[in-house]
Amino acid sequence: MPPAHAVPLNWYLILSAILFCLGIAGFLYRRNIITVFMSIELMLNAVNLTFITFSYKWKAVDGHIFSFFVMVVAAAEAAVGLAIILTVFKNRKSLEIDEISSMKY
Amino acid sequence: MDTVLFLVFALIALLCGINLVVQTHPISSALSLIGVMAALAVLYLLLGAEFLAAAQMIVYAGAIMVLFIFVIMLLNAGAERVTKTRQLVKLAGVPLMAVFLGIIAFIIQALLPKSQLVWFGGFPGGGPRDIGIPLFTNYLLPFEVTSVLILIAILGAIVLARKEID
Amino acid sequence: MDLTYIIVTLVKLAVLFGVLMTTLAYLQWIERKVIAHIQLRPGPYRVGPHGLLQPLADVIKLITKEGMIPSHVNKFVYLLAPFLAVTLALVNICVMPFGPEIKVPIPGHPVSTWLQMTDLRIGVIFVLAIGAVGVYGVALAGWSSNNKYSLIGGLRSSAQMISYELPMALAIACPLLLANTLSFRELVLAQGGYFFGFIPRWNLFQVFPLQIVAFIVFLIASFAETNRIPFDLPEAENELVAGFHTEYSSMSFASFFMAEYCNMLTAACVTTLLFLGGWQPLFPAPWSDYVAPVVFVLAGLVSLWAALNPARPKDRFTFPVVAAACFGLAALFLAGEFVFPIVNQIAMPLFWFGAKTFGLLFVWIWVRGTLPRFRYDQLMRFAWTFMFPLGMVVMLATAAVVAWFPR
Repeated sequence: MPPAHAVPLNWYLILSAILFCLGIAGFLYRRNIITVFMSIELMLNAVNLTFITFSYKWKAVDGHIFSFFVMVVAAAEAAVGLAIILTVFKNRKSLEIDEISSMKY
Repeated sequence: MDTVLFLVFALIALLCGINLVVQTHPISSALSLIGVMAALAVLYLLLGAEFLAAAQMIVYAGAIMVLFIFVIMLLNAGAERVTKTRQLVKLAGVPLMAVFLGIIAFIIQALLPKSQLVWFGGFPGGGPRDIGIPLFTNYLLPFEVTSVLILIAILGAIVLARKEID
Repeated sequence: MDLTYIIVTLVKLAVLFGVLMTTLAYLQWIERKVIAHIQLRPGPYRVGPHGLLQPLADVIKLITKEGMIPSHVNKFVYLLAPFLAVTLALVNICVMPFGPEIKVPIPGHPVSTWLQMTDLRIGVIFVLAIGAVGVYGVALAGWSSNNKYSLIGGLRSSAQMISYELPMALAIACPLLLANTLSFRELVLAQGGYFFGFIPRWNLFQVFPLQIVAFIVFLIASFAETNRIPFDLPEAENELVAGFHTEYSSMSFASFFMAEYCNMLTAACVTTLLFLGGWQPLFPAPWSDYVAPVVFVLAGLVSLWAALNPARPKDRFTFPVVAAACFGLAALFLAGEFVFPIVNQIAMPLFWFGAKTFGLLFVWIWVRGTLPRFRYDQLMRFAWTFMFPLGMVVMLATAAVVAWFPR
C-alpha cells in the first residue's frame, strides 16, 4: 500500500532532534536577548514536528491538538516575553544578557 | 516525489536553523526563523496536518514573528559584538553537541526499529473538521484555559509595555 | 497522474496566468479612467484609442528605468521584499473557483474538470495565511531602505494590516458558520438554490440582516488589508514621501504596484466567493442565461449612442468598434445558448463571477475617487474600538442563530 517514494518516519524525528539541538546551541551561545528568545521558538517548533510525526504514526489527531496548544502558549509567551524585553531595554539601554547582571552577588 | 520534497524542505529547515544560530544581526536570525517555520509548514502538509500547517503560517509566521520583527526594528538592535570565547568552549562545544545528537538519534532508531513509512495522503484525519470536533468535545477544558491564558498575556503585555503618562 | 490530467492542469495554468496578468494591467487602466471620469476629466486618452495602450507604455517605462540600489541598505532584505510581496499576492488566485465542473467532449479524450486550479480542504485559511505572511513584504521593505520615512511608513502599514486581520477573520467566520466548510468549492455550492423560488441563496441574503453587516465589516477590513483609500496613509504620495516604497525604482516598484493590484483583485474574488455566491446566477436558470446577452446588447446600444453624439472628434470612430465588440459578445452568448451548449457551460459562470468581481472592483475604485484618507491614529482607533467589537457581535449573533435553528 505505501508508494515506493515514501519517507521513513525516523527521518522526521531525526530532523526534529537536530532542530532542537540547534535551538539549545543558540540559547546557550548567543548574547542578544532577542536571539536567545528566537532559539526558544525554534525548540518549540521542533517539538511541534515531533508531536505531529507521532500523531501520524498512531493515526490519531491528539498530536495535532497538542501541537495547536503549544502554538497558542508560544504566542502568549512571546507577547509577554517581548514586553519584558522592552522594559529591560528601557532601563538598561542594552540588549546583551551579560550586562543585565546587577542582581548577581 | 515525497522523498524529494522531504529532502528539499528538511535541508531548507536545517540551513535556516544553522543560519539562525550563526548570524550576528537579529533581523537575519528572525528571517531564518521564518524560513524554518515555512519549511516546517510544508513538512506538516506531507504528514497530513493541513489545518496545522495553515495555523502555523497564520499564528507563528504571520503574527509571532511579525511581533519579533517589530521589536527588533523599534529597538534598533544592531549586530552583536564579537568577544573572545574561551578556547575550551570553542574546542569542545560543537563536538559535544554532535555527540549529544548522535545519542538521541541512536535512541530513536533503537526504539522504532521497524520504521513506518510516511507518504502524502497516508493520514487523512488532519482536516479542520477532524481537529474541530475533538477540540470542542474532549479537549474543551484546555481550550477554555488557554483562552484565559491569552487574555492574561494580553493584559500583561499592555501593562508592561505602555508609556507612563505623567 | 495520467497525461490527460497533466495537460489539463497546464492548460488551466496558462489560461489563468494570461488572464490574471492582462487583468492586472488593465485594472490599472480601468482605475485611472474611472477616477478621471469621477473628476470630470478624460483620463489617459492619447496612447492608443482611449488610452488602451497606456498599461503597455507604463510597463515599458518601468522596465527600462534605471534600477538604483541606495547605499547602506541591507541588500538581501532590500531585494527580498518586493519578491516576497508579488509572489504571495499571485499565489492566492490558485484556490479560487471560477465555475462549476465542465465536461468537454473532445473526441477520444472526454475531459471533465472544475474551473479551478486546485481545491484545498482549507481554502479559506490558506488565503488568510497568505495575507498574514504578506505583511512581511511591506515591513521588510520599509526597514531595509535605510530611510526614516520608509521605516515609519513600513511600520505603520504593517501595524495597520495586522490590526485589520482580526475583524476580517471574524467577518469571514460568519459565512463559514452557515456553510459549515472551509473549502471554497463547497462554499459556493452551498449558496446554490433559491428562497421562494427567485431570491438567490447567496450568503449575503441569509440570516437577514446579519450577513449584510458581516459583508460590510469584511469589505472595510479588505480596504485596510490592501492599503487602499481610505486607509492608504502609509503609502500616499503626499504623506511620508510615498512611504515604504520610497527607495524602490523600476522593476522593484513595479513589483509592489503589481502586488497591490493583485491583492485588490484577490480580495474582490474572495468577497464574491464568500458573500455573493461565486458563480451562482441571480435568477433561476434558464432565464438567467439571457441576462448576459441583454447586458451586452445594452452596452452596445449605449456605445452607438455615444458614437452618434461624440464628446470628442475621435469618438466617432472608436465607439462603433466598441459597439461591434459588445454585439459580438452578445452574439457569442446567444450562440452558446442555442447552438453550442459547451460555450455556455464555460462562459456563463465566468460571466456571473466576472460581473460580481468587477462590480466590487468598481466599488473599490469609486471609494478611492470619493473619500479622503484616515489619519493614522483615527485608523487604529477605528479598528480596535469599532470594527473588532462589531465583528465579534455579528459572529456571536450568527453562531446563536445557527445553534438555535440547525439546518
